[in-house]
Amino acid sequence: MVRTYRSRSVLKTVAALAGASVLLAACGGGDSDSTDPGSSDVAAGSSVGVTDDSIKLGTHMPLTGVAAPGYSEIPTGQKAYFDYVNANGGINGRMIDYTVRDDTYNPATTSQVTNQLVLQDEIFGMIGGLGTPTHSAVVDFLNEEEVPDMFVSSGALAWDNPEEYPWTFGWQPNYEVEGKIIGKYISEEFPDAKVGLFLQGDDFGRDGAAGAKQFLEDQIVAEVSYTPGNTDVGPQIAELQGAGADFVIGFNVPSYTALSQLVSLRLNYQPKWFYSNVGSDVTLVGSLLNRFSKGAVADGGLLNGIYTTKYLPTVEDADNPWTQLFTKVWDEHGDGGAMSNFRIYGMAQAYTLVSALQAAGEDLTREGLIQAVEKSGAEFEGPWLAPLDYSEESHRGISGVSVGQIEGVSYKELVPVQTTDSGDVEISPYDAEPFTPTEDGLPDAG
Amino acid sequence: MTSPDRTPDSTAGVATPAGAQGSTSNATPAERSDADPKVTSAEGPVRSRGAGLLGSTLVRHAALVIAAYLGIVLLLELVSPFRGSQIGELAYFVPAVAGLTVLTGLNGQISLGHGALMAVGAYTTAVILEEQENLPFALVVLIAVVVTSLVGLLVGAAAARLHGPYLAGATLALAVGLPGLALTFEERLGGEQGLSVRPPSSSVNFQNFIEGTLGWSLSSQKYMAYVGWMLTLIVLFVLSNLVVSRYGRVWRAVRDDEVAASLAGINLGRARVLAFVVSAACAGVAGAMIAVITRLTAPTTFTIVLSISLLVGIVIGGLGSLVGAILGSILLVFLRPEVTDLGLEQGLSAAQAANIAPLVYGVVLILVMLLAPRGLVGSIRFAYLTRKAGRQMKAAQQSR
Repeated sequence: MVRTYRSRSVLKTVAALAGASVLLAACGGGDSDSTDPGSSDVAAGSSVGVTDDSIKLGTHMPLTGVAAPGYSEIPTGQKAYFDYVNANGGINGRMIDYTVRDDTYNPATTSQVTNQLVLQDEIFGMIGGLGTPTHSAVVDFLNEEEVPDMFVSSGALAWDNPEEYPWTFGWQPNYEVEGKIIGKYISEEFPDAKVGLFLQGDDFGRDGAAGAKQFLEDQIVAEVSYTPGNTDVGPQIAELQGAGADFVIGFNVPSYTALSQLVSLRLNYQPKWFYSNVGSDVTLVGSLLNRFSKGAVADGGLLNGIYTTKYLPTVEDADNPWTQLFTKVWDEHGDGGAMSNFRIYGMAQAYTLVSALQAAGEDLTREGLIQAVEKSGAEFEGPWLAPLDYSEESHRGISGVSVGQIEGVSYKELVPVQTTDSGDVEISPYDAEPFTPTEDGLPDAG
Repeated sequence: MTSPDRTPDSTAGVATPAGAQGSTSNATPAERSDADPKVTSAEGPVRSRGAGLLGSTLVRHAALVIAAYLGIVLLLELVSPFRGSQIGELAYFVPAVAGLTVLTGLNGQISLGHGALMAVGAYTTAVILEEQENLPFALVVLIAVVVTSLVGLLVGAAAARLHGPYLAGATLALAVGLPGLALTFEERLGGEQGLSVRPPSSSVNFQNFIEGTLGWSLSSQKYMAYVGWMLTLIVLFVLSNLVVSRYGRVWRAVRDDEVAASLAGINLGRARVLAFVVSAACAGVAGAMIAVITRLTAPTTFTIVLSISLLVGIVIGGLGSLVGAILGSILLVFLRPEVTDLGLEQGLSAAQAANIAPLVYGVVLILVMLLAPRGLVGSIRFAYLTRKAGRQMKAAQQSR
């Protein structure tokens, strides 16, 4: 009896699975291709999210969860600048209606909130969706739905791929470009340095290292990486120390700048440090140092003398006209919190998008926006120190960085801005005058 | 875990004598098990049994599943594309929550590691789809299920020797540790960025049928909802038959009283491991779906938060109830966006509204524990059974 019953139930299961296979066999391997907005007719474009007096924009950001501290300030910066634009008459009479949705830095949630933004909120375009894994989950969807995916908040190389992702644009300098400029600086100024690499164990670390190695292959004595989330970097730092590295390049996030500094202090390891732009926010790292050391290291004094790069003005540049403009915008339209470099980052992205919307003209369509950025994006003037590299072939954004050193809390420029591209493109100096904001603080790209 | 485990049992205790008298001696095992009110009420009360097609659990469940599938296909036409995408998202929660509710509710084993098992299914799917683009998706899912089941077998073998907090601890370690493998084997598994997944697309014939014959639009999201719900309903079909079968009874016996179960000749370890494997297989289906619906498998998807939200789903829905698993999943998918939108409408800032959602989750969970400790389905069922038992008691007294 038992025997029979068991074989019956196995039969049921097999029957169910067989049924499933038949039904699912309909799934083939086909491939849907998206159209190229760059070549299509503007007049026939989509104007979802645009009315005579409004433009709907949205983004996904970590507002809660582990990635929220710091990054959640970026959308407040974007919003403040859009509010400022609205208060000054909008763009061609249209007010920006801006929605930010929390993805908790979880790709599955990013996919949910992006569905919501595109299908329910019906946004015209995405502005600065944050994170490499998170945005990777939605980049296909946005391109399939032909939603402008402007200025992703991540330095991964993936966003600069107009062939596959014609609707996606990168914005911040990619990590390989930064690595190359750092590598060139060290190889020229410190040809005898024994270089160690301290890397985040993902594309960020890998791309940065690939850039630096183009110039430092012979000087590198050790390469270590850490796993985000694992806060013990003692073994990695000890390995760098053991290998005799006297100049360490860190492609790491701010909390690991603080951790690596504290561990080195404990090991009495005193190399020169070069942190990528991502990990060198003095104010943030200073407060992290204070927290991690439970007050033993009171401020960012440890960071005095470290090298880093820069592509946007910072809060510390009180005399910079862009910092002044953004501080004014924040005072008028911010949420009352303190001004920060994350907010400047968000405002600079918003500034780029407003330039693009102006350039796209009165008859705003999604296709028109893409074409405007491809056509005139390279001439947009804004707070960025190196020009934007946008064209039909390139969607990568800011094309270079300057090299400098931290003195106290301020940045002392050592090498003016240089530009380059990934791969073996040469590094060339960029000596044009920095842009200055217009009188009214709005871009002039129309 | 003991007391929540045993609560549904006490409901069974109230009504089983009355219900069991209804089943005749010549009923097949599957039919006889219908007498268990815990399961039958999940599919709606069963009035007549014995002769007729509807008397067979298999046929009844199959009819229900087909009806439910047609219902969902029609529902997808009626709702907005965004609601449709949420219905699609349900397809990766329901199988996982249903598998977990069988493990925890029926077999009494707690698992805080189901998110990690979903990760196994998702990564298997992602790797196969990358290597073999033209493999039928059904086969891909099958492989993902087999691989996840094997991992489940390993974990289950360890879990069978552990109890209560030790089991929770061991599975918790799994949830925290396993996604880290993606960072260790970065070359193959994509590290922190994860692997991007190209979802299977519909065949031309199917597209022509939907768009040409029926005149409906077929987005890739809708297609994934079709596929996902087909898999989900197959999982529910298999589980609903399994829990009323000999296996289901064995699992409940093991949960309720180990000594009595082993005296009755049940191999405790084997029963526990089998429950874990079945549950892991369901998580494998869920993992395959989360990979193709999210189009990416990354460690950040499979954090401990995912494992815990699955557990929240079964507690809110009602331990051991498949309908409860569906309700719990609906809450997991719909609560956060609805609460956030409500917050935004009330004029909160985006950050404040985003922080409201976890708060509401917590409050809902506390309220359910306080007011309906058997979960939504469990409480309704308990009230129904109590009334029924009361009526029968009265009837018995009168006839005496």
